[in-house]
Amino acid sequence: MYKLKEFKIKWGMVIDLDKCTGCGACMISCQAENNMAPMPDATDKMYSLTWMLVYRLTNGKSFPDHDVAYLPRPCVQCGNPNCVPVCPVIATTKDEEGGIVSQISPRCIGCRYCMAACPYHSRYFNWHDPVWPQGMEKTLTPFTSTRPRGVVEKCHYCHHRFKAAKEKARYDGRDPMKLGEDDYIPACAENCPTGAITFGDLKNPEHKVAQLAKSPYAFRLLERLGTDPQLYYMSKREWVRRQGDNYLEHEPTKGV
Amino acid sequence: MFDKEWLPEGVERCSFGKFVVWIGFLVVFVLMGVYASYVVWSQGLITTGLNNYFAFGLWIVFDLAVIALGAGAFFSGFLTYILRIDQLKNIINLAVIVGFVCYSGAMIILTLEVGQPLRAWFGYWHPNVHSMLTEVIFCITCYLIVLIIEFIPLILENRKLNKVRFLHHLAHNFHVYMPLFAGIGTFLSFFHQGSLGGMYGVLFSQPFAYREGFFIWPWTFFLFVASAIASGPAFTMLVATSMEKITGRKLVDFKTKALLGKIAGSLLVFYLFFKILDTWHWAMQTLPRMGLTFSQVYNEVYGTWLLWLELGICGVIPAVLLVVPKFRNQPGLLYLGAILACIGVVVNRFVFTVQTLAHPVMPFDTWQVYVPAWTEWMTCIEVTAYCILIISLSYRYLPVFPQERRLNG
Repeated sequence: MYKLKEFKIKWGMVIDLDKCTGCGACMISCQAENNMAPMPDATDKMYSLTWMLVYRLTNGKSFPDHDVAYLPRPCVQCGNPNCVPVCPVIATTKDEEGGIVSQISPRCIGCRYCMAACPYHSRYFNWHDPVWPQGMEKTLTPFTSTRPRGVVEKCHYCHHRFKAAKEKARYDGRDPMKLGEDDYIPACAENCPTGAITFGDLKNPEHKVAQLAKSPYAFRLLERLGTDPQLYYMSKREWVRRQGDNYLEHEPTKGV
Repeated sequence: MFDKEWLPEGVERCSFGKFVVWIGFLVVFVLMGVYASYVVWSQGLITTGLNNYFAFGLWIVFDLAVIALGAGAFFSGFLTYILRIDQLKNIINLAVIVGFVCYSGAMIILTLEVGQPLRAWFGYWHPNVHSMLTEVIFCITCYLIVLIIEFIPLILENRKLNKVRFLHHLAHNFHVYMPLFAGIGTFLSFFHQGSLGGMYGVLFSQPFAYREGFFIWPWTFFLFVASAIASGPAFTMLVATSMEKITGRKLVDFKTKALLGKIAGSLLVFYLFFKILDTWHWAMQTLPRMGLTFSQVYNEVYGTWLLWLELGICGVIPAVLLVVPKFRNQPGLLYLGAILACIGVVVNRFVFTVQTLAHPVMPFDTWQVYVPAWTEWMTCIEVTAYCILIISLSYRYLPVFPQERRLNG
């Protein structure tokens, strides 16, 4: 079986679900940043490309006890990803510094085995040819490749921004392996209006994410499956934390 | 008859005109499938019923099912050439043809199934040694080559071709080395049948499919092998019987069929024993560890009825029918047992493919239902028609059944 790889830097994210309003700014900024062409029918979520998807969670109770939470879900960047060992052509790997699960579009044969392996539905197949309406092609991010029909794609924490941050650090005479918190921020985290998304190095105690991930209110999606995600969520609401994993009725919720 | 001198010696065949009509009937379905393939290749997989939830669907079920049913070729070859069960020589030619059409048919479907067909060769060029699918890609290709090598001497046995001195000796030499190819075929087929099961068993993030196991192999690796060698011989026997019904001629003696039934039944008992143990362990240990209960991984559509159908109606019942001599020696019950065993393996492949993906793993996600599109149905029908086409041509022009002359004498 695939073994957990350790990296000096582990880029991670903490999303405070009590701050998230479900506005969708993260979804939009992700789509714009990563060159996703408009879908013929974007309402059909069975065929849409949304590397960052906001789920709506409810506590299932009726008014006045009804409560709602919004859960943005990029790729959780598993420490032990199921998608990597199953890919027959090594189109997806976890060799990048920073522990980001990469996806090499020109290598992908579109067998979709990684999609079958991912329980988070973080991987998306290109069902359509990417077509930009006339003029819109000018909005393309020059550092992100576009993907053809027939390959699988996924969130990579805006990896081009990571590369740019390293380049800038080198240019400034700083160590590219010791990036500051503000040097590299994915588009979703940058554009979140409520500051619900925090990004940084989970192994660097000076980064806020490293502290937040240790919060008693922090949890990860489907933790007991053993995928070891680098994406943490936070909520003071127990019912929200309970929806982070499949709990049997008698099992206590993780955290306080 | 127009093609009389091409027919095997001493056997009767329908008129050439009647045969052409039959072939034309099959070609219509093949052409319809070719059109569906064109639609998929030109417009992409958006024309199928697959979506963001169902990465795998009818095509993968079809592939897994025909590969399991085609296992009669490698297993019969193993029994005939390695274990020297001579009686199976009466049906080994058909087993090879069935294996060939099943595997080549699966390959045709696979060209449609990948999103980037022109990159399919990357599987050989950039292989990931951790992936069970890599092993499947290599083994299935090599085994198809072995099946072609096993099929060639039979083609060369055609009355007209065999008159050519070179081809006659070539066929003879192929026969001499056949035990070697049977051995290679057994090895290759064993591993890729297993890896097809392993493909699902290693999905540790999919509670419905995940299985623990031995070293790098999940239990599904061994269970897929066992179910394939249980249903493969039964399917070969059913194909022979169907050909008898269609042609109105006796092709294989009942003793050989009953022997295949006995082999299939014994292996089915072996398989069911471990499959039931596996299911029990999965329900009692694996699922609770992942925070799920047995009832949570089934719903109204993909209900436990599938499990009872697979293990009960298409598992225990055919096992009894095929193992108990009193039942097995009655043609009707023998065929019923074989049909149920074959349906059982198809249901098994279906649940591992579709239900695994239909089940919502995230607590706030929802169940999904998969409905194949016409393109998927049509291409599966196309491949089925192609299989029947090859078998029809082989039956007419090749000496497939060594007993045919004696049984119809």
